[in-house]
Amino acid sequence: MAPHSIIGQSLPMTDAPAKVTGLGKYTDDLVVPGMLYGKILHSPHPHARIRAMDTSKAEALPGVKAVATGRDAPNSYGILPIGHDERVFALDKVRYIGDNVAAVAAISPEIAEQALELIEVDYERLPAWFDPLESMQATSDWIHENKPHNVEKEYHHEFGNPDQGFAEAAFHREERYYAAEVTHAAMEPHSTLAVWGPDGQLMVYSSTQVPYYLHRTISEVCEMSMSQIRVIKPLVGGGFGGKSEVIPLEVAAPVLAKKARHPVKITYTREEVFYAHRGRPITIVDLKVGLTREGKITAVAARVVQDGGAYCGYGPVTVLYSGALLGAIYDIRNVRFDGYRVLTNKPACGAMRGHGTVNARFAFEAILDALAHDAGIDPAELRRRNLLKTPCITPNGLRVTSYGLPECIEKVVERSGWVEKKGRLPYGRGIGLACSHYVSGAANPIIRSNMPHTTVHIKVDRDAGVTLYTGAAEIGQGSDTIQVQIVAEVLGVRPERIALVAADTGLTPVDLGSYSSRVTFMAGNACIEAAKGIRAQIFDAVGRKFGCDPASLEARDDAIFSANDSRVRLRFDEAVAAALDLHGALLAQGTYAPPEEARGAKFKGAGVGPSPSYSYSAQVAEVSVDTETGRVHVHRILAAHDCGKALNPLTVEGQIEGSVYMGLGQALQEEMVWNGGRLMNPSLLEYRIPSTLETPEIESIIVESMDPEGPFGAKEAGEGSLAATIPAIANAIYDAVGVRIRTLPITPEKILAALREKHKPGGANSAGLKKDSAQ
Amino acid sequence: MTKELIRLKVNGEQHDVTVPPAKLLLDVLREDLGLTGSKRGCDDSSCGCCAVLVDGVPMLSCVAIASCYQDAKLVTVEGLAPPGELDPVQEGYAVAGGAQCGYCTPGFLIATKALLDRNPAPTPEEIRVALSSNLCRCTGYMQIYESVKLAIERMALRGAAKPVAAGR
Repeated sequence: MAPHSIIGQSLPMTDAPAKVTGLGKYTDDLVVPGMLYGKILHSPHPHARIRAMDTSKAEALPGVKAVATGRDAPNSYGILPIGHDERVFALDKVRYIGDNVAAVAAISPEIAEQALELIEVDYERLPAWFDPLESMQATSDWIHENKPHNVEKEYHHEFGNPDQGFAEAAFHREERYYAAEVTHAAMEPHSTLAVWGPDGQLMVYSSTQVPYYLHRTISEVCEMSMSQIRVIKPLVGGGFGGKSEVIPLEVAAPVLAKKARHPVKITYTREEVFYAHRGRPITIVDLKVGLTREGKITAVAARVVQDGGAYCGYGPVTVLYSGALLGAIYDIRNVRFDGYRVLTNKPACGAMRGHGTVNARFAFEAILDALAHDAGIDPAELRRRNLLKTPCITPNGLRVTSYGLPECIEKVVERSGWVEKKGRLPYGRGIGLACSHYVSGAANPIIRSNMPHTTVHIKVDRDAGVTLYTGAAEIGQGSDTIQVQIVAEVLGVRPERIALVAADTGLTPVDLGSYSSRVTFMAGNACIEAAKGIRAQIFDAVGRKFGCDPASLEARDDAIFSANDSRVRLRFDEAVAAALDLHGALLAQGTYAPPEEARGAKFKGAGVGPSPSYSYSAQVAEVSVDTETGRVHVHRILAAHDCGKALNPLTVEGQIEGSVYMGLGQALQEEMVWNGGRLMNPSLLEYRIPSTLETPEIESIIVESMDPEGPFGAKEAGEGSLAATIPAIANAIYDAVGVRIRTLPITPEKILAALREKHKPGGANSAGLKKDSAQ
Repeated sequence: MTKELIRLKVNGEQHDVTVPPAKLLLDVLREDLGLTGSKRGCDDSSCGCCAVLVDGVPMLSCVAIASCYQDAKLVTVEGLAPPGELDPVQEGYAVAGGAQCGYCTPGFLIATKALLDRNPAPTPEEIRVALSSNLCRCTGYMQIYESVKLAIERMALRGAAKPVAAGR
């Protein structure tokens, strides 16, 4: 008999029927009687003091029910306890084009828009900072007065002895990599509806990945107790990190609703979504890596500057991730990391799929490829020579418990025909390999406490229907489905028996949210514990009924039975009835907190990076480069991902393929283009996420390393594959035409320029002479 | 603002609604008819989330003036199958992972339905091109192709493509 009956099955998502019929409701689909429409006035200036504001004309416009400004909600907030630098509306200063100045609630969106034009704001323009390297040199006009030289945070870490490591290196490279700013572009624009309940409670429906952080923030900003506020997450149309901190409209709608005493809905336009942003920052990585003649990495030094935009957001976490996850993938003893999070007068950056690790991984895997060529070692072999010996704790305190990277590399090497193709394809066609990894949930919560990161409740009805109360936020990644499968597996019942009440702060216990790929691991373990609690009570009742030892019982196929005694057998519903007769109610709680050993070291900044477990990915991309046009055509990407155990292979593959897709977009075509703090491409026509025409065949390969602490051995699947895609493509381009492009996105213009440079007499591209004979 | 009475045939039913002359079809569907399955994902006809069938042809309802479509037969995602049933196209997307967050799904379903109605055995390239006006940020499109393939199989099995009862 297979060890599991529900785990490992490719079940369709539990909410799929609601999604394919159009009957499932997202926030903007909700309408309530008396609902007003909210619109936000955004700053036209990148950096300006507000001298005065007059809202009287807007207030006088018929149909306008409330106008709110900074004075209505002066309490500051921010996702990090050290970064409470935002207010829902500016009090004294605006810090980016698009900053939030005031808002109107009116009986129609048109009247609200009209009212915005009647708000008079007297701005005094200030010098503005747009380039992170210039911004950190600023001696005046700082964006936040308490952040000298516009540096939000800097960190300096050293492990082992990097200088000695470099001295021992036979080869080393020191190169600058640059990644343009990219954004989530989830298909659902942000939307928030704030409604007054009959008992004076404020119900807030919002497209959020973090209902409980929103709950807390509304409480702080609106000065209402948490019990007076109920945050409910309807269906969410994608997040990718863009909904993982509080977005201004999520506080603006409650503030307007409080002032108007009416329900208020705000839905962003697509342009507002681009300016709300919180995406992946412009990142400048100065990277130095040393290698012995045998191909062992001797030392790494990385200086990372991130252009964080005008507010803190997740900033310090983002920059720390870029340093921390230089570890836990290869065996590197000597590491120096200098990280700078810099403020500029642009929308705040934040967490985006692969948070903080993606641009550093691009640089690292690209430089490793170049070093492999320097040393005359096959790039796949070079990675094999630097594998971790697990289990282990890395020099920066990351505990690695399961490590499927070797198998990932073998799988993609074998399936791609790497050995036959690498360096052997005709000029213009190439193949590249890269690896990546990611946390299965941050081991330390954003707001430090000893509270479990997830708590779930289970209740069983008289008819043996099972209800799981979970705070985990389904955002399209399939977490509802995974939790249902886990509970069904432990109870031995059909998944159809499990109903879910999810992400409703009025009903469900706290889960920290859908970020850092934490839900399967953390909520999954909590579900196992709660379901085992229910099962123990059922076994207890069945044991008493048959006079047998509860420990001899099993739950499977909708029945409770003894494997040793065929007389001992009840249908699940009969067993539940027996248990309810005995216990009165069938309730259980499950929690999860990462073990102490997984929470990392104690140095400043050590809290970011530790995870109970890490996922691994290896990828091979095959591309063609048109040397006339510079256009890159990606033929195929093979992605092997170690997710510990695929609880649902269908959804795991969906996550791997979605990650690769997002990496592909960043590698070749996505870029937020700024001019004087204004976004030049704030639409999906101009910010071009890949369509079917630009997306190659993506083949996902599941590797199962069976994590010792993951639920049924599982770890993350939703983010770790993204980072490898970018360098795999960059390395394939080198294999195709012998040029290395170190700035993202890799556009045709950059490739043509590099080819021209390379073919100039005495051309300096580090590409070397590869395939020159083919010219 | 003056309003006008218009008559729309949506999902086999006739609706009389009073709307401003320039009101967009998407807004009439969502606000006046309560058909919120069609989504707004952009403001410039780039995402395809709002696609509906106009006499069998997929069209973006966010750039269509509602009053111009009074003679047309309109089908939204809600009209692909009777209540409680699923069209093979919906089954395909539900079972094969074509819907992750689901926000783009109505548009993809409409585009797929239009394709398979005129070409029940499309090549992979024909599928790719037919879906190229719709953006999905979740799937990387692979499981959408699988969903379309499954829909084709189930349509062939059903012959005349009669919907069956919904699963859950």
